[in-house]
Amino acid sequence: MKTLRMLGRGVEQGAAWLLGLLWLLPLVFAVWTAFHSPAYMAHFSFTAPLTLENFKNAWQAAPFARYFLNTTLLVVGILIAQFTLCTLAAFAFARLPFVGSRLLFALVLIQLMVAPDILLLENYRAIKMLGLMDTLPGIALPYLASAFGIFLLRQTFLTIPKDLEEAARIEGCGPFGTLWRVYVPIARPIYVAYGLVSVSWHWNNFLWPLIITNSVETRPLTVGLAVFASSDQGIDWSVITAATLMTSAPLLIGFLLFQRQFVQSFVRAGIR
Amino acid sequence: MKSLSRRLFTASALAFGLSLSASAQAADIELRFYYPVAVGGPITKIIDEYAAGFEKENPGIKIKPVYAGDYVQTIGKALTAVKGGDAPELAILLAADITSLVDEDAVVPVDDVIKTPADKAWVEGFYPAFMENAKLKGKTYAIPFQRSTPVLYWNKDMFKAAGLDPDKGPKDWNEMRDFAKKLTKKDASGAVTQWGIEIPSDGNSLWLFTGLTTGNGVRINNAEGTKVNFADPKVVEALQYWYDLSKVDGAQPAGLINWGTTPRDFIEGRTAMMWHTTGNLTNVKNNAKFPFGIGFLPGKTQFGAPTGGGNFYFFKGMSAEKQAAALAFVKYMTTPERAADWSTKTGYVATQPAAYETPAMKAYAADFPAAIIARDQLKYAVPEMTVHENQRVTKLANDAIQAVMTGAKPADAALKDAQSEAERVLKDFN
Amino acid sequence: MKTLRLSLYGWLMVLPAATLLALFTHIPVVESFVHSFMSTDKPKRPSRFVGLDNYDSLVADPIFWKSLTNNLIYALGSVPLSIAIAMMMALFVNDKLAGRSFLRVAYFTPTILPMIAVANIWIFFFTPDYGLLEQILKPLGLGGNNFLGSNNTALLAVTIVAIWKESGFFMIFYLAALQQISPDLKEAAAIEGAGRFTFFRRVTFPLLMPTTLFVMVNALINAFRVVDHIFVMTGGGPNNATSVLLFRIYEVGFKYFDFGLASAMTVVLLCVLGLVALGQFFALDRRVHYQ
Repeated sequence: MKTLRMLGRGVEQGAAWLLGLLWLLPLVFAVWTAFHSPAYMAHFSFTAPLTLENFKNAWQAAPFARYFLNTTLLVVGILIAQFTLCTLAAFAFARLPFVGSRLLFALVLIQLMVAPDILLLENYRAIKMLGLMDTLPGIALPYLASAFGIFLLRQTFLTIPKDLEEAARIEGCGPFGTLWRVYVPIARPIYVAYGLVSVSWHWNNFLWPLIITNSVETRPLTVGLAVFASSDQGIDWSVITAATLMTSAPLLIGFLLFQRQFVQSFVRAGIR
Repeated sequence: MKSLSRRLFTASALAFGLSLSASAQAADIELRFYYPVAVGGPITKIIDEYAAGFEKENPGIKIKPVYAGDYVQTIGKALTAVKGGDAPELAILLAADITSLVDEDAVVPVDDVIKTPADKAWVEGFYPAFMENAKLKGKTYAIPFQRSTPVLYWNKDMFKAAGLDPDKGPKDWNEMRDFAKKLTKKDASGAVTQWGIEIPSDGNSLWLFTGLTTGNGVRINNAEGTKVNFADPKVVEALQYWYDLSKVDGAQPAGLINWGTTPRDFIEGRTAMMWHTTGNLTNVKNNAKFPFGIGFLPGKTQFGAPTGGGNFYFFKGMSAEKQAAALAFVKYMTTPERAADWSTKTGYVATQPAAYETPAMKAYAADFPAAIIARDQLKYAVPEMTVHENQRVTKLANDAIQAVMTGAKPADAALKDAQSEAERVLKDFN
Repeated sequence: MKTLRLSLYGWLMVLPAATLLALFTHIPVVESFVHSFMSTDKPKRPSRFVGLDNYDSLVADPIFWKSLTNNLIYALGSVPLSIAIAMMMALFVNDKLAGRSFLRVAYFTPTILPMIAVANIWIFFFTPDYGLLEQILKPLGLGGNNFLGSNNTALLAVTIVAIWKESGFFMIFYLAALQQISPDLKEAAAIEGAGRFTFFRRVTFPLLMPTTLFVMVNALINAFRVVDHIFVMTGGGPNNATSVLLFRIYEVGFKYFDFGLASAMTVVLLCVLGLVALGQFFALDRRVHYQ
């Protein structure tokens, strides 16, 4: 019985590892190709010489420094705005009685289904009308009021016992004060979890920024990467993998360092 | 009180000074120019260098180059900007986009922009093959900038190994088929290790297909851009020939052949011959570990190739001042020296005969004679398909080609369907 | 009085988010409907009401139907598999196997990489002759494939990439849920002599149902939303074999500038998503009861 169990465990171990290796394959290939010259792209020999030439070519092909700045500003800006807007709205839905609260919340939930990218055409027109074409706010605006964020935070706020408010109320805090002193600190894991999801999503968003941006001053990394994706000369995997590694590095390193916190925050957020 | 009035004074002096400098800036003409990147290399850097060079020679004009993606994305951005009332001044767009731009009333004829006889001479200095689809209804709308044609590449070592003369490419369809069959190698299990030829069939397959049709002596569309000719027997014959290279002769891979991976296939020695853009010359030269040849695309009854690539367009709605500045910039970008420079750096064909006479180009050609082949092929070149609703009709043709090459439909049926669909789309223009 | 004041605060707090949502979700939805009944704006013929003309064109357009069916196949193919794989991954990671951290990173990495770049890597994997898959399949005698260039395998290839990208993300949700399952339950099962598989079937899987529901809805929505890789890998081909709704909307709207037709397609897409929403609503209702 015990041997069977050990065998079962061995099989499970093997399967898990196989899956892991399979899943990592594209990244492994990217690392291989980025550090070797194009000649070794399809030939995986151990004696192939390493080179940093691809990274140099990638860096020079487009102003990546600026793209990094744009993407960072964009992602951070979106995050701060989302935290603010969603916190306020979630608190209002959870704790403040106002007419039409339930109807409004149902309307908010619609955005869970209908993401801004589905409404490409109309949102494009809206941004144009607002005069925000080719600006970072133009990219960010449709995503700031995140139904997902409001939903998560409202759920969390609902679980916070009301008597905790008492202490704040005694000190004479109004709704804003209570929100800031009591609710926000308790919901910290949710903020971390949601923040991580938001950052990785917006760091990698492609289609919408492609439509909205025109100039180097606003273009994010993904659109900058597209300059390699459409070449008459054919796909140069060495350069495109180098560029990919460059642009994903912050997220990859971030995840490697913070993976435990990442998972833990999801656990504590009670996202089920 | 006294300090307040002093502060007010300083503030207003500052504001006045700033406004003066601002109005001095306002005197600067700013030209936005959208451009695509369709070849590898530090294109954005080169464009920026050209722009900076122009600005130095022309103080008071500021150029803002806007990289807009590939050709499709660039025309997309340009037209949406036009519709939004925010058109750029210049753009480099596909030569074949001319009908879309004119139909959307987005561009002005070059004839309206040029002023002097010298300007006229400049317009006439470009290769006629490139100017053919820069004209619509008798007016010139575009100036060639980054043009290309496809050429035949072949692996000389493989030719030698197969007993073929390594310095002579196939000169017609029969030879291309025979050579391809001879060059196809199989291993013990019957799997192919080396293909004879690859003519990419995914993406914009119509472009290369135009090489086959022109080589069969037939045109796919009329000059006005109002009719297409997909179901012509000669067109069907061309598509059948292409398909048979895989199906019957076994010399070309089955299914769609990817445009993006074909150069790598060639460099890796997976195929002995390939049809690809001349824009790939530098890439192949740098990466192929074997001597290779470049030649005209073989045709059945004649040589034939499509032209491709982008032209400069002047957008509507510019003030006379901006238009003059835009003209100056386009002239700057298309001097023979600059055309030669652009060609050697990117692999595009230089757009004027004069460019090939420049010392820089002569030196380059002496070092790398293959660079001249595309130029020489121009006398057999026709414009790529340019009709109204071009994007839609092109897709109909591409879908038909893809259906045939994947074995989903026979050539005559696919092309007949495409023809009737295209006639429906072009109905309003006839 | 106090309730009125609180009410006011409520409205104030909700206002910014509500405004943005109205601007970029609700109004565009309505506008899509409206524009779907109008013709496309052209210089010689400004936009005007045309009734069901756009929908007629849509029904007559074989590419639209192909895109719709492709999207449904794509959804049916990717959703169950990515859920199953995500659950499996979470179980692996949760089971304290050796190299747990490595596994977690390996499974989650696809989520972090930008699709536009990763798609190019997958092109190499699927490339005929010297692509990675071919290099593995050829010695086994299964070579000679052209995955992206054949009608019957292109959609499959694209679906595989989607599954690869999404599973790791869903794994996180399952992981969180698994860690909520009380270890007492496991002890109790061990005492009763229940095997691991029985435990999974009778205890774990049912307890994960809420998560599965949540993940399933997300996966379904993503099946209509994630199109970046199609742009890069197949461009919708061969012959529209990988064209899906959102891709076609982009093509018609931003390549042909036929806004009327594109709006009509957007409406269809919205209706499909609406059906998904209804499905979730009913399922969610049931879920709330056993919370």
